[in-house]
Amino acid sequence: MNEPGYAIRAEQLTKRFGDFIAVNEITFDVKQGEIYGFLGANGAGKTTAIRMLIGLLSPSSGIATVAGFDVYKETENIKRNIGYMSQRFSLYEDLTVKENIRFYGGVYGLSSSEIRDKTDFLLKKLELEHARNMLISSLPLGWKQKLAFSIAVIHDPKIVFLDEPTGGVDPITRRQFWNLIYEASSKGVTVFVTTHYMDESEYCDRVSIMVDGRIAALDTPRGLKRIFHASSMDEVFLKLARPEKVGDI
Amino acid sequence: MKSFRGFIIKEFYHIFRDKRTMLILFGMPVIQLVLFGFAIRNEITDAKISIVDHSNDYITLEIKQKLLSSGYFLLQDDIDKDSDIEAVFRKGVVKEVIVFEQEFAQRLLRDGSAHIQIIADASDPNTANMLIGYTSSIIQDYQKSLKNQSSFLPQILPEVKLLYNPELKSVFMFVPGLIALLLMLVSALMTSITITREKELGTMEILLVSPLKPFQIIVGKVIPYLFLSFVNTATVLLLARLVFGVPFNGSYGLFFFEALLFVITALSLGIMISTISKTQQTAMMIALAGLMLPVIILSGFIFPVSSMPWPLQVFSNIVPAKWFLIIVKGIMLKGIGIEYLWKETMILAGMSLIFVSVSIKKFKIRLQ
Repeated sequence: MNEPGYAIRAEQLTKRFGDFIAVNEITFDVKQGEIYGFLGANGAGKTTAIRMLIGLLSPSSGIATVAGFDVYKETENIKRNIGYMSQRFSLYEDLTVKENIRFYGGVYGLSSSEIRDKTDFLLKKLELEHARNMLISSLPLGWKQKLAFSIAVIHDPKIVFLDEPTGGVDPITRRQFWNLIYEASSKGVTVFVTTHYMDESEYCDRVSIMVDGRIAALDTPRGLKRIFHASSMDEVFLKLARPEKVGDI
Repeated sequence: MKSFRGFIIKEFYHIFRDKRTMLILFGMPVIQLVLFGFAIRNEITDAKISIVDHSNDYITLEIKQKLLSSGYFLLQDDIDKDSDIEAVFRKGVVKEVIVFEQEFAQRLLRDGSAHIQIIADASDPNTANMLIGYTSSIIQDYQKSLKNQSSFLPQILPEVKLLYNPELKSVFMFVPGLIALLLMLVSALMTSITITREKELGTMEILLVSPLKPFQIIVGKVIPYLFLSFVNTATVLLLARLVFGVPFNGSYGLFFFEALLFVITALSLGIMISTISKTQQTAMMIALAGLMLPVIILSGFIFPVSSMPWPLQVFSNIVPAKWFLIIVKGIMLKGIGIEYLWKETMILAGMSLIFVSVSIKKFKIRLQ
């Protein structure tokens, strides 16, 4: 076990696929209860990094712990302590809202009465009570996404990993989605979120920006803007991702 | 016109990009032609027969020689007691037994007629029918040749007996084959589709990140189909019995145990297919081409394995359905038990063991 206070620690974590280095010696830590933004362009290695942390991929080298558990040996313990929402949509379209909640609650070992209480609470909070017995396929995308998030944290995990959770969602729904994230965070859940909406990164406590498999910058959004003399995260990102081109402009 | 041409070119790109579809598209016609061309044969050669000769005189010897030199028959076991005939058929290798009555030559030449008994295993009615036809015509030929030797016409009277399926109903043959086909279809095809669907939807990833173990995910996915395939089997058995009068002479317990072995084999084949296919569509094509075709053509369902060319006969040994069919026909029609079927059961059990371990291993590798 490492010292308390850190939800995730990674040291020189690396993943190679043959000659290709997808994730190159990344080092960072995430404090408990923090909202940590994991940014990067498409193909920068974000998803590979997340997959190593949640136990779907075995790292090539480096050290990492999630909720105090080793990513090499203790993936079973990690899985019990995290929630995960992937960039691809993850509820069963041919099951109803209630059935989806019951299924995922059951997978994470919740009792029937807990699942019942959670279902009522959750549907009330999301104002989806009328949709209890509706098929997921009949819900609008924004609702599905909010529901998917609520289900990802249904078992009160220590850490929730969100891989581009707001893709394809309108700004209002995105705002509501972030309110859900804040609420979870206020209850002590650590949030590890990848996104490529730079405005969203402003909502994070700290962000790291990945470029070509490396962490190119890591600080608070305000700190990053100061260091890069930028007025917005958008600008920071552009300077980092394509430094020479930005210089040309 | 130019835009239309571009559209057609794009369509060709789609086809050429997908290697597996290409393989099936161009490989299938070749494989089907070869399989159908070689497997579907109406003539039978080298059928295994046994002869009980109670007479052992020069005429029975001549008839035997004529039969065995025809190319249709191969002598398998020599038996000398009528009581051994049943046992020979139960072993399943011998398809026909010919019995000469005592003092065959004497009766034929003195009394003008002698009896010959032709007993065939009619659990495969087509084969039985053809073997009896061959035998009868050879005997008739021989009878005609006797005409030249004597003044009157001696008559060899064939007495045909059909074991296990006296009315030569083809439904007796189709029911076991259909059970094999259904079990393969429901188990392998449905399993491969349902697993690839979770992959396509992205829910597989969520399941893998959950506390569920990969083993639990696989077993959980296949159990409903295990159940469904048994409901299917029971339905076919019931219909066969009530509507077509197909008998069930053996033990139901043994039957369902063997069916379980076969279903486990099929389910693990389904899991294996799901590990190599990214989409439901690919899974379906592989399952149909790779599993259905062998079950229909190479298992002995429709075409007897013994009359296929040897490469196909060798290949048919790795088709689980072949062994399952021998077992099902044995239990249903012949009413035989494990003492005659242990070899086939062992082969089937060995296959399911291999396929289960390979599929679990492949499923785990995919996670890395």
